[in-house]
Amino acid sequence: MAAIHGDAHGHGHDDHHPSGIMRWITTTNHKDIGTMYLWFSFAMFLVGGTLAMGIRAELFQPGIQILEPELFNQFTTLHGLIMVFGAIMPAFVGFANWQVPLMIGAPDMAFARMNNWSFWLLPVAATLLVSSFFVPGGAAAGGWTFYPPLSTQGGLGVDLMIFAVHILGASSIMGSINIITTILNMRAPGMTLMKMPMFVWTWLITAYLLVLVMPVLAGVVTMLLTDRHFGTSFFNAAGGGDPVMFQHIFWFFGHPEVYIMILPSFGIVSEVIPTFSRKPLFGYSSMVYATASIAILSCVVWAHHMFTAGMPTVGQLFFMYATMLIAVPTGVKVFNWTATMWRGSMSFETPMLFSIGFIFLFVIGGFSGVICAIVPIDIQVQDTYYVIAHFHYVLVSGSLFALFAGAYYWIPKWTGRMYNETLGKWHFWLSMFFFNLTFFVQHFLGLAGMPRRIPDYNLQFADFNMISSIGAFGFGLTQLLFLYIMISCIRSGEKAPEKPWDGATTLEWTHLPTPAPYHSFEKPPIVK
Amino acid sequence: MRSKSVVTWAGVFALALYSSMAVGSKYNLPEPQSVIAKDIYDQHIVLLWICLVIFIGVFGVMFYSVLKHRKSLGYKAANFHHSTAVEIVWTIIPCLILVVMAWPATKTVIAMKDTSSPDMTIKATGYQWMWEYDYLQGEGEGISFFSKLSTPKAQIVNKEPKGENYLLEVDNRVVVPVGKKVRVILTANDVIHAWWVPALGIKQDAIPGFIRDTWFTADKPGIYRGQCAELCGKDHGFMPIVVEVMEADEYTKWVTAQMNASAVKTSMHVENK
Repeated sequence: MAAIHGDAHGHGHDDHHPSGIMRWITTTNHKDIGTMYLWFSFAMFLVGGTLAMGIRAELFQPGIQILEPELFNQFTTLHGLIMVFGAIMPAFVGFANWQVPLMIGAPDMAFARMNNWSFWLLPVAATLLVSSFFVPGGAAAGGWTFYPPLSTQGGLGVDLMIFAVHILGASSIMGSINIITTILNMRAPGMTLMKMPMFVWTWLITAYLLVLVMPVLAGVVTMLLTDRHFGTSFFNAAGGGDPVMFQHIFWFFGHPEVYIMILPSFGIVSEVIPTFSRKPLFGYSSMVYATASIAILSCVVWAHHMFTAGMPTVGQLFFMYATMLIAVPTGVKVFNWTATMWRGSMSFETPMLFSIGFIFLFVIGGFSGVICAIVPIDIQVQDTYYVIAHFHYVLVSGSLFALFAGAYYWIPKWTGRMYNETLGKWHFWLSMFFFNLTFFVQHFLGLAGMPRRIPDYNLQFADFNMISSIGAFGFGLTQLLFLYIMISCIRSGEKAPEKPWDGATTLEWTHLPTPAPYHSFEKPPIVK
Repeated sequence: MRSKSVVTWAGVFALALYSSMAVGSKYNLPEPQSVIAKDIYDQHIVLLWICLVIFIGVFGVMFYSVLKHRKSLGYKAANFHHSTAVEIVWTIIPCLILVVMAWPATKTVIAMKDTSSPDMTIKATGYQWMWEYDYLQGEGEGISFFSKLSTPKAQIVNKEPKGENYLLEVDNRVVVPVGKKVRVILTANDVIHAWWVPALGIKQDAIPGFIRDTWFTADKPGIYRGQCAELCGKDHGFMPIVVEVMEADEYTKWVTAQMNASAVKTSMHVENK
């Protein structure tokens, strides 16, 4: 172990890195790169959020007012792509960059230069995606799932999207290889796998999922590209291909992707809940096994996105049963968190509030997930607002709330300053209120028969759409409060105490000063 | 006596709650008009109740804990961190609940998939952005027409007030007889579309170059409306599906009228030549 950590005899790196913009372009420091990932993802979150505001503004009333149908489809497509690939995934990688080395007692990530490269690919991909609005024909408009033959029809915007996905995929694969190598090789002496913090465990499993499925996504977009430009017929029946094959390959990536975006949130919540309950995580090993089972099951359920595409009875039944099974390990996690809180000594600072909000709303999303898994019911709700409600409950009040929890939890360690607790609580309660206002009513819209991805609707859907739009505007504005809280914390926040959370037990809190120095754990700590 | 009235009131309350969620409500699936739609409706209600019970159970415990086990109340943290017995129990119970959910669903899936021995067969073809219907077999065989949105553009761009069936009305409805098993064969001409009529519990993608099928038997005469459910481009939101279910004798009249109309058209066509 000591050999890997190097620099055992004190002549450590000084902080003589370049300053200004060159510091950020050339940095190989995991903290700098983590910071850049987080700012990048927040910027993308605002771009994707602006698109969402456009969508909800158009749907505020029946009729076409603001966005013509073609542009509306571009908005929904880019909203999905930017939020998934630009906001949520890079944010988790940002957390991994900051926290994995700190939590396992490593000095940096294993491949520091590749780390820089995997970050700097992201702005390139984002530029391709955003600029596609301004090319002839506009941005991709076939939905974030870009099913052919529709996506074969699109213009230059689709090609830009395909290249953006390639680049984002390359970035994710490099990022995850880096995380796997760091976790497996650079843990402090004494930290066995089963002593790793839950956040590190969930990221290890997530990184394996990424390495497994991102190449599949790269493959399927490449097939789409050659169908579009080089005369192949992978997805064209007239040439012997099959449009449904695209869906199978896409969702073989797409369903594990869902868990890629939720497993690290489980990790963050599993750090926050014990800290603020002042009690160890209940059922640590069953948490690890549950995470691994979710990851494995997530690879054999993809066709539940395609129940209406038509498949044999046995196929539908298999994918229904497999999907329902995921509820079991997910349930175990929820029960474990509840048992962790049970007879703890709880306090409710902002990270804890977001974590409890996460559990509460994620469970609602889990329930609607089980309902969607039941084939006959899915036949009714597939491609309706019910599904929109379902996946926003797991992605917004799931992943995003956990990201907020993590940001409030670790910002004192990162900056040495405290955020404003009162404003943090306002951020939580406003998010909670407006989130539910936006998305709860969408369950009713879906059940009553409103399809997703339509710019205009029958009058029976008018009142719930208006409520949903009001909620969305409120939710959007509330996130500017988060930006304000973070900026004022970084610039002028009160100095954080050495250990702001008395219940915290992981290495970054017990073995490092606050704020964490630019180079930390140059000598590995000993874990007993 | 007192306990009896409590039970009565509880019963009334439960019934009221059930019916508030039931037929005709804008909070739930539309009123089912076929056996399959009825199965789906009932299973959805059962699942909601199961979810509600679990929800109250889990969050009852959690919020009790949130209220009582607070540092601000001086509550001292316990230090337990696992219990194999408890963990086994809360793994097995969800499995059993899932079996209860999966059993009726499995029966419905098998029933939904059984498109054998239909009374009549209609082929629906999706186009950007309309549907074409061909009556392939059974009474009405040979009828063929396109079905397009009939809502005027002026309503969509807010120049005229919107009608009751705004965006859910077409020029030519698909007409079928009541109580007959109708097999619908689906395909598409350009991109993927999906044929969805919620009240009949039927949704199936229409895939270019491939044939899929599904079926329904309507319980009652009436007009049932649905929409394309797979993003198919610019006017995806503007290609509704309207099914009109008629009594057998009225259906026969409709078929005769269609046949005469198409005969007139054909003869005119011949004369023009």
